[in-house]
Amino acid sequence: MTAQTGGADTYYVPEQSRLAICLATSVAVLILGAAIGLNQMTFGSGDANWTMLWLGLLGFVVILAVWFRQTIVENRAGMNSAQLKHSYALGMQWFIFSEVMFFACFFGVLFYVRNLAGPWLGGEGAKLMTNEVLWPAFDFSWPMQTTPQEAVGGVADQIPANTGTFVGPKESVSWSGIPLINTILLLTSSVTCHFAHVALKADKRSAFNLWLGLTLILGFTFVGFQAYEYYEAYNHLGLTLEAGIYGSTFFILTGFHGFHVCMGAIMLSVQWLRSTVGGHFTPDDQFGFEASSWYWHFVDVVWVGLFLFVYIL
Amino acid sequence: MSEHHGPAKGIKRWIFATNHKDIGTLYLWFSFAMFIIGGAFAMIIRAELFQPGLQMISPEFFNQMTTMHGLVMVFGAIMPSFVGLANWLIPMMIGAPDMALPRMNNLSFWLLPFAFTVLLSSLFMEGGAPNFGWTFYAPLSTTYAPPSVTFFIFGVHLMGASSIMGSINIIATVMNMRAPGMTYMKMPLFVWTWLITAFLLVAVMPVLAGAVTMMLMDIHFGTSFFNAAGGGDPVLFQHVFWFFGHPEVYIIILPAFGVVSQIIPAFSRKPLFGYDSMVYATASIAFLSFIVWAHHMYTVGMPIAGELFFMYATMLIAVPTGVKVFNWITTMFKGSITFETPMLFSIGFVFLFTIGGFTGLMLAIAPADVQYHDSYFVVAHFHYVMVAGAVFSMSAAIYYWLPKWCGRMYDETMGKVHFWIAFIGFNIAFFPQHFVGLAGMPRRIPDYALQFTDFNMMSSIGAFIYGAAQILFLFNVIRTIVAGKKVDDPQVWEGAQGLEWTIPTPAPYHTFTTPPQVK
Repeated sequence: MTAQTGGADTYYVPEQSRLAICLATSVAVLILGAAIGLNQMTFGSGDANWTMLWLGLLGFVVILAVWFRQTIVENRAGMNSAQLKHSYALGMQWFIFSEVMFFACFFGVLFYVRNLAGPWLGGEGAKLMTNEVLWPAFDFSWPMQTTPQEAVGGVADQIPANTGTFVGPKESVSWSGIPLINTILLLTSSVTCHFAHVALKADKRSAFNLWLGLTLILGFTFVGFQAYEYYEAYNHLGLTLEAGIYGSTFFILTGFHGFHVCMGAIMLSVQWLRSTVGGHFTPDDQFGFEASSWYWHFVDVVWVGLFLFVYIL
Repeated sequence: MSEHHGPAKGIKRWIFATNHKDIGTLYLWFSFAMFIIGGAFAMIIRAELFQPGLQMISPEFFNQMTTMHGLVMVFGAIMPSFVGLANWLIPMMIGAPDMALPRMNNLSFWLLPFAFTVLLSSLFMEGGAPNFGWTFYAPLSTTYAPPSVTFFIFGVHLMGASSIMGSINIIATVMNMRAPGMTYMKMPLFVWTWLITAFLLVAVMPVLAGAVTMMLMDIHFGTSFFNAAGGGDPVLFQHVFWFFGHPEVYIIILPAFGVVSQIIPAFSRKPLFGYDSMVYATASIAFLSFIVWAHHMYTVGMPIAGELFFMYATMLIAVPTGVKVFNWITTMFKGSITFETPMLFSIGFVFLFTIGGFTGLMLAIAPADVQYHDSYFVVAHFHYVMVAGAVFSMSAAIYYWLPKWCGRMYDETMGKVHFWIAFIGFNIAFFPQHFVGLAGMPRRIPDYALQFTDFNMMSSIGAFIYGAAQILFLFNVIRTIVAGKKVDDPQVWEGAQGLEWTIPTPAPYHTFTTPPQVK
């Protein structure tokens, strides 16, 4: 266990820890399993073997849980100085910043494709000959329902770059159905999450549990609707990963967002269990919940961007 | 509670490490190992290029060597070496007992050996190692890539996670662990440059993760991000990559700026000239690094407005960089200079880095770059910045702080010999590449036209000399650690400034368990 001294004039001196090397090992098993499995899936002849991936993932989740548990135990034992707590808070804030940049990357891709690359493929401006020579009959519109490949009549009679098979979707996803409901759900959940925070600061335990529980229900309902939307996209709209750039950007943005919602919901669930079962948190020491709630608000803001740029515009 | 515990015994000290000095040592040795491996790849490249025609290796293997040399040197040697330096020095420089988040610090390090084992193992895989250049442009890295690209992608994910965690740790340490009185504008410049570097890393490593993730999706899940047949664009890959890649260049060079800004004042026996302007210049360079990326892509067919914007923005970087070079030289002006090894490497840095900066200005000019693009001129340019910039400053840093770390002095004569062999070898290797590049020799090709033979032979000989100098460096460092002359003066260098020179030599396992007062 880490020894941390608490006084104002002494610093925290860490002890050795097995956690990091175990986590690094499990991550290495995880990525090796993923790479081996994916290569068997794409380049191999038989079925892909995912055993190593699952083993690595199991190890990763278990060790991460042990790690977080240890930090919680240390904090509840009063071992964390105010300075160390602030370090944890900084760590979480900058982690969220890195996540912002991760999503910024995919939003950048979307903007580039819609405003530059797509029109160029359609022959806009100085790129007239790109369209005339390479992709005749391709007209750019968004959502892209006919890919350049379809416009020139398939894979066979085209330049070497015409590889893979990309069939555009029959329909795009309308913003007014599930996405609108999901927007309302997620925005509401950010508000309930904030109410939970206020309740905790006012030391109203049962109100906190209630508001946070409500947040979780809203969050998981969002994930359920999202799963249903994917089911519809694949089975009725012809909107798949292979459906050209519209499908690619749609799924990478909503997919990573959905994954982050799941992460945030799991984090908040842990906080809910800590409060209801463990009786953790006090009005002035609640970092586990605060960090999770920051993450939740971040996920919410990303969704607003998605709703605007992926669904409406 | 254990307030005065020393290091654990045996291997446990290293694999369970939470001490910033131990982790710094791990980073430094790891990066040196990678430096040797990446250097071996470079030697293979130069041996092949010693004469025109295919001499020793197949073109396929040559491509793997150029790719792996770049990847190993950038992500395995230079970046981790500066993280190692940050680990060792930042807590000692700001009066902190350790890094802010010591266990995560250990995780950041231990991801790296796994990442590079995965990356290097691809050399033995069916279809060979990644062969698409260190910039891994699509579709070479997607449609036409060997299967080992999947391992490469996950390796990059691990390196990225390691860098992000390492940077978050550095930011938290600098923002939260400074001793009382150590205001931001009193921090040593090395700490400043690392704070800004860490910010750049947290901002752009996720973008790199996004780029390789899209590659993974294109290869295995049928998406068409980088495939025009589905409405995507291979040039999109270049935009995403260089949005990461250009700040990455400053991630590599800013800590090097920090190092020489510590060393030049020490051996000039004068305070650094223009401290404030150094800080602002560093911040300006970091800001500009986000809006210049497409100067790597002048020949892909961007609209003219884009070319002009990126050209002028790139040229702007010369202003803060010029401020820095001016300040280093002005620091030396009228100083009582002595030329110990760290100072020699620092002056070598200023001289050669400036040459690299000037060739960078030439490359920034869009119409001229159409001629220089993808030629050996570019290779010469970035080796002047990466090797004579980053690696020279790293060598300077090792000679400067090694006595403080292990309480023993390196052999000065051997150090000076190392410098001169490295300096001469480096220039023989890379200066002629400017000429062959301007004359039209393309990079990343295992063969060349006959008229380039003489300069290529010179280049290869210089590269071997530079490589040999590093063996001497390794020998000198090991000799210092095991048998160097003992030093016990906390100051070590009479002109050295900063908190790290107030603690005993060698630096105790735990420093500043109570915060020092900074006036």
